[in-house]
Amino acid sequence: MIEASGLRKLYGQTVALDGVDLAVRQGEIFGVLGQSGAGKSTLLRCVNLLERPDSGTVTVAGRELTKLGERELNQARQRIGMVHQHFALLASRTVAGNVAFPLEVMGVGRRERDQRVAELLELVGLGGRGKDHPRQLSGGQKQRVGIARALAGRPEVLLSDEATSALDPGTTESILGLLKSLNRELGLTILLITHEMNVVKSICDSVAIMENGRIRESGGIGELIRTPGSRLTREIFPLPEPAAGHITLTFTGHPEEPVISEVVRKFDVDVNILGGAIEELAAGSVGRLRVDLAGGERDNALTYLRERGLLVEVAG
Amino acid sequence: MELDEITPLLWQATGETAVMVGWATLFTVLLGLPLGVALVALDKDGLRPMPALKGAIGVVVNVGRSLPFLVLMIALIPFTRVVVGSSIGTEAMVVPLTVGAVPFFARLVETALREVGRDVVQAAQAMGTGKLAIIRKVLLPEAFPGLVAGLTVTVVALIGYSAMAGVIGGGGLGDLAKRYGYERFETGVMVAVVIVLIIVVQLIQSLGDHVARRLSHK
Ligand SMILES: Nc1ncnc2c1ncn2[C@@H]1O[C@H](COP(=O)(O)OP(=O)(O)OP(=O)(O)O)[C@@H](O)[C@H]1O
Ligand SMILES: [Mg+2]
Repeated sequence: MIEASGLRKLYGQTVALDGVDLAVRQGEIFGVLGQSGAGKSTLLRCVNLLERPDSGTVTVAGRELTKLGERELNQARQRIGMVHQHFALLASRTVAGNVAFPLEVMGVGRRERDQRVAELLELVGLGGRGKDHPRQLSGGQKQRVGIARALAGRPEVLLSDEATSALDPGTTESILGLLKSLNRELGLTILLITHEMNVVKSICDSVAIMENGRIRESGGIGELIRTPGSRLTREIFPLPEPAAGHITLTFTGHPEEPVISEVVRKFDVDVNILGGAIEELAAGSVGRLRVDLAGGERDNALTYLRERGLLVEVAG
Repeated sequence: MELDEITPLLWQATGETAVMVGWATLFTVLLGLPLGVALVALDKDGLRPMPALKGAIGVVVNVGRSLPFLVLMIALIPFTRVVVGSSIGTEAMVVPLTVGAVPFFARLVETALREVGRDVVQAAQAMGTGKLAIIRKVLLPEAFPGLVAGLTVTVVALIGYSAMAGVIGGGGLGDLAKRYGYERFETGVMVAVVIVLIIVVQLIQSLGDHVARRLSHK
């Protein structure tokens, strides 16, 4: 649905994007994670060409945006919704006027516009607030207006730059719930940027982790979790650096059998549990355990764990 | 002079000032608003970057701003004569008043437009809004309270300029003050002119503030 390849962007001496490839599939929620200054916003803004990459191409819903002229680009943008960290609502317009804005730009007639605005406000849970001004709304409500506005052009793709980072945890959760239901019910593809692990955990199907203008790793969450040395896994489970010989086990789904006690019995090893957690992700539940295994048939025990489908990483 | 002698003089002079300032305000908005928009839109990170043209406009505006009104008015006499056919009288004064106020107002428009958040403009761009529509539907409406405040300041400045214009032969309150207060030592007229000016400026300022506040939804 969104495809970017070879994106490079310089700001003076700063390399904001250093050869980024991105592929977001239709109907998924794709999260971009990374430290401040990693280039996340620049990447997102290159997707709808708010920022022109110095080189590389961007294709959204089969149209290569980087080839389009100004008028065609504006038409394409009408099918790409965008949600902003600080809402970016027009103070001079009412809530309904803000949602109507993109429809006016698209040349939708008055009656159809009013009807569509009412539907959209209903959809985001703000039916009846159309006549208010944005300043009369809470942060979460403002973001709902922002989302309604982004959906006005019936977009196939929604871009979101830190849509929840100005909100408190409870409000964040309700906005994430809204995004998720839009994704499920309208089949909306969502590309979102966040620095909150919580957002990734609760709604993302895939992620990319950025660092210094590059994507360090990307893919489906389940797939990344099964990849040894994954940064994503480390971000989700902040365990301390392992000492030499310590073992980190990662498992997806709830193991039917008590694997650990089985290993102890079968291979005569001592298990010392050093830390761990289980996380419920949108992609399923994942557990990670840091242990020390000693004595008996240690190597056979590890092989057995691998055979049982656990990811086994031994610190060297 | 008695009050019933002063009153008709005051009415007439106030009327002349109103005519001068009214026309000058109209032309100032018609010319200054587009100029102010141009100063923002042509900026290097504006909607349509043309830094060289923007620089040129900026220089012209600054030249206009740096000339004291009295000097500008005298320097413009030949130009005024071409435009209006005469260089004295209420009508003629509209020309230097406008020329003096346009750069002033253009800068205030520029400042008001720059107050509009970048994020709102970018949000509009992300929705596929064309440049003219961004000016019409985003920049101007969002900056409207600021534009009204700028206009208020400009009208008050124009009243000040118009008094000076009156001294050269434009009529109005300045002319009245000069003829009676200065040349004939009629303190009563002088005081009356001062009072009228204070009241008018107060009224305009309050009206401007009120409108700006009503329109502001920040
Ligand atoms: N308009 C700009 N002009 C100059 N430098 C810029 C501009 N935009 C971004 N940069 C630089 O590009 C780099 C990447 O910025 P970007 O905003 O994409 O980071 P980010 O990952 O979104 O960070 P954050 O999490 O803080 O929002 C940074 O070094 C930043 O200073
Ligand atoms: Mg950012």
